[in-house]
Amino acid sequence: MQSFSEIDTTSKRASKAAGFSWGVAEEIGKAIRSLELFGLPGIKNLNLYLNKIEKNHPEKVNKIDQENKNKELCPIYCGVAFLDQCQKLEILKNIKFYNVNYPILILPFISKASEILGKKILVQFNKSSLIMNFNKSILSKNLEKQVIDLVDEISIEFLENKNSFSDQEWKELYKLSEKTFVEETDSLKAKGAGAGLTDND
Amino acid sequence: MNKLNIKFRDPNEIMKLSRLGSFHQSKLSFLRSFIREFKDWDYKKNAFNLDERGYGTAIYSFSKNQRNYSLVCFAQHINPDERSDRVIATKWDAAFVLHDGIPTKEDIKRLKENVPKQEVGRVSCKELTLSRANKSVRAFDHVVDSLSMGKQPDKKLLNKVGYLYRTTAVYGSGKFGLADRFRIKDRKEIYGPFRLEMMLVYLVRQFTFDQVNHIAKSKNPDKAIELDSNIARNLGIGNSTGLGMAPFIVNHPTLLHNWIYCREKALKEIRSLEEVDINELNFFKECLIKSKVSINSWITDSRYQNSKINSLKNGLIKFDKFLKNECSIKQKYLWNKIYTWAENNLENECLEYIVSMMMEPYDDIIEPLINNMSSEEEEYFTIPTHKKVSDLKKILENNYKSIIKIDFNAKDNNFNFWFISKNKEEPRVASRYEEHGAELEQPLAIARDIKKLYEKIIKEQQTNTIAEFLLKNDEVRHVVRRAFIVDQFPYSEIQDNTIGASLVPIDMLRLKLSFFGAVKFDPRSDKWLRINMYQGAPLSHEMKTSNDTWVYNVVN
Repeated sequence: MQSFSEIDTTSKRASKAAGFSWGVAEEIGKAIRSLELFGLPGIKNLNLYLNKIEKNHPEKVNKIDQENKNKELCPIYCGVAFLDQCQKLEILKNIKFYNVNYPILILPFISKASEILGKKILVQFNKSSLIMNFNKSILSKNLEKQVIDLVDEISIEFLENKNSFSDQEWKELYKLSEKTFVEETDSLKAKGAGAGLTDND
Repeated sequence: MNKLNIKFRDPNEIMKLSRLGSFHQSKLSFLRSFIREFKDWDYKKNAFNLDERGYGTAIYSFSKNQRNYSLVCFAQHINPDERSDRVIATKWDAAFVLHDGIPTKEDIKRLKENVPKQEVGRVSCKELTLSRANKSVRAFDHVVDSLSMGKQPDKKLLNKVGYLYRTTAVYGSGKFGLADRFRIKDRKEIYGPFRLEMMLVYLVRQFTFDQVNHIAKSKNPDKAIELDSNIARNLGIGNSTGLGMAPFIVNHPTLLHNWIYCREKALKEIRSLEEVDINELNFFKECLIKSKVSINSWITDSRYQNSKINSLKNGLIKFDKFLKNECSIKQKYLWNKIYTWAENNLENECLEYIVSMMMEPYDDIIEPLINNMSSEEEEYFTIPTHKKVSDLKKILENNYKSIIKIDFNAKDNNFNFWFISKNKEEPRVASRYEEHGAELEQPLAIARDIKKLYEKIIKEQQTNTIAEFLLKNDEVRHVVRRAFIVDQFPYSEIQDNTIGASLVPIDMLRLKLSFFGAVKFDPRSDKWLRINMYQGAPLSHEMKTSNDTWVYNVVN
């Protein structure tokens, strides 16, 4: 089995060899390591994508808007630019990329952005939904294929921080937690810290 | 209260390679902190299955509470023409792996198939460090012959060599399938850097003594005697080190910072002491006297190193006079006086030696620093892209003052390139004007790339964000990241041109090796050197009662 350190180093070197700058290749190394740590097929997708662009390096991204279209978009350039600008992009609430190659490769960058912003981010493509959870995990639903070579559309939605439970559920749990408290009697109150003093001094 | 307001030394001076290449071992060194940390662990020789020629398998361990680390050793026959210290070698006299826990029979079988192959074998996340070593044939054979004849070996010869085996590589942290650091980093006993590498080398040293005794006994069972403990203690483990170490200190900037910062913090705190106790001063003097005996055993054919050793010896003569005539504990801030005198009167080699020696009396200052010498590097990886271009310009002007003045259009300033060799995946450096391959240059020309970044930055709209700047300039992204790191970690960057024609790569190795605690630097060219580790260190059964100044115990 390969170590995560080997995954990072080899992904970085391979990406440099495929035409990315050293700085971007460093990002890719960390991104693939992160995907593999989350149990997602990083090496598999990177390998296929680098093969695809061997003779025709993808165009860089000059700007990120609410809707981003090109003949085909590079998941890495999109991911790095998204990460770099995530604080500015947050106000757009929802961002769409069209015709994106190997969309799994964009996920670690969005996941890192989720950590920086302190917000969960919902990513959807084809029939899959993935929640970026502060870069602690990626929760996926219906991600059936290990490899998706091109998706028509990726939708990225910044989620407002909110509870995953109702007020009632919280109240019930809180009430139970109160059973660890001791009821204060008059006697205990009289002997407690600050007892006997006046605060009107 | 620091009444003198002693400041940290300026990174622009300390991080020059000529200064870093003059560093010496100290109380902060990893060999010494390893022994301090593990001295109360239980050492055991668990297995020793060698044939009469000393070939086979041996296992040693350190254990405490429920934790166990096992060194598994594989010794084999190799022909003299197969023995090479160079990284291109494919066979070694012995190969070693540090296993996490007690290895099962299946583990040993798996390791036996892979560990002797080193880089072309595979180990697992149950293994922590990997190494190999070759005999110093003249020392090893002499010791075997002497012991088998019932005599102790010639101390003069052994003192000249200093070890029975030389390691030629020690790998850790995820290499060749070894455990990633994150799996084990929360273990308190390995908070200090390179602890497990240091453990491996320490146990390898014990193996070399056991092996030599075993072969002598097998050769002449009636007459053979064991190697005298005093002689064994005076033997370390040699190491041949090439350029593999050089990129490490460039590629791990926050780690480098933490090492240097702890050294500088220790110095600052010691210089700030108002009163010096007589015992502290005497301890310093005692270490100095003992250490001077060791310096006389530093033998090298390298003109470069001999000039450094001479500079050190001459400096120490001047220093002795100063210490004798002008220093007394009645003086306030004595250490600051000593340091200031040394800075004004000594060359780097001796100045940094005195700095190391000044730490000796102060366990209370040094010990808390040891656990700050590792780094969680990933925490500093993300570029703060919301910052402005003007912020970056300021960082470059403050932290790379001399770098941004270098003219990289001059041939000598852009002379070398660093690359990874295809056959052994090892770093190398070569002239870009004489060798092919410069188009595959590694991102280690930091000074040149910082200058390139600076030239772009000064032309850029200063109110733009770094994110906007990077959209158009991703070829300098790697140095943008570094610049923001150096802003937080001022000792993280070598303040020199690592591709200049006058580069002495072994200065980069010396820096790292001094933090390991190596002594006897013996450069064999400007690109590789031999060193000695653990010479004078307590033997395995003596660890529990050892003191920390063993490094000065070397006898002639």
